[in-house]
Amino acid sequence: MANKKMTIIASKGSLDMAYPPLILATTAAAMDVDVTIFFTFYGLEIVKKNNADSLKVTPLGNPAMPMPMPIPTLVSSLPGMESMATAMMKSMFKKHGVATIQQLLDLAKESGIKLIACQMTMDVMGYKQSDMIEGVEFGGAASWLDIAADADINLFI
Amino acid sequence: MATFKLNFKGLSCPLPIVKTSSEIRKGASGDIYEVTADDPGFEKDIAAWCNTTGNKLAGIAKTGKDITATITKK
Repeated sequence: MANKKMTIIASKGSLDMAYPPLILATTAAAMDVDVTIFFTFYGLEIVKKNNADSLKVTPLGNPAMPMPMPIPTLVSSLPGMESMATAMMKSMFKKHGVATIQQLLDLAKESGIKLIACQMTMDVMGYKQSDMIEGVEFGGAASWLDIAADADINLFI
Repeated sequence: MATFKLNFKGLSCPLPIVKTSSEIRKGASGDIYEVTADDPGFEKDIAAWCNTTGNKLAGIAKTGKDITATITKK
């Protein structure tokens, strides 16, 4: 029986939003699913060279983010708050044995997950192919659709 | 047929599943794996993984926080 197929569009590049596509992709690969991740817009930050462990998270505009104490929105916008929130989230993840984005990315590559970077958004943002990690392919909407039309699961994150 | 013990305590989703899968792929049909993890989601996830991949979940035992799944490779 042919493997099931899944595609994920990864459109966000904050630390918290880089996790879901990579967790689902590596788990699916472990369950014999053929996976393709299409990185577009801010999702490109995940596959930029030496960038996976530099992604950040901000409490600004996210009232659901748990904080050690209630923090007014205006304070969230102050310099240093983003670094603080990022450090806090990373230490929480580490404490719970959660993989880093770089580790998940390495696992994804080892599992043969196809990584496609959106050429159009790369052009718009001024990224060169050489700015991206090894093993990434380059393509546009049609490249994703060609795979997605045949896939069992397609997710936009 | 061989029996292997795997210990993935201290790791969170998806690592226990991803690592179980990559270890079991190296084995031969009929090999037995005793996989221990303390991620509370592991009990349900390893059953789902076995169901999808066709490997047989021979049993699940819990000791305190530890969950040990016994899996026979298909």
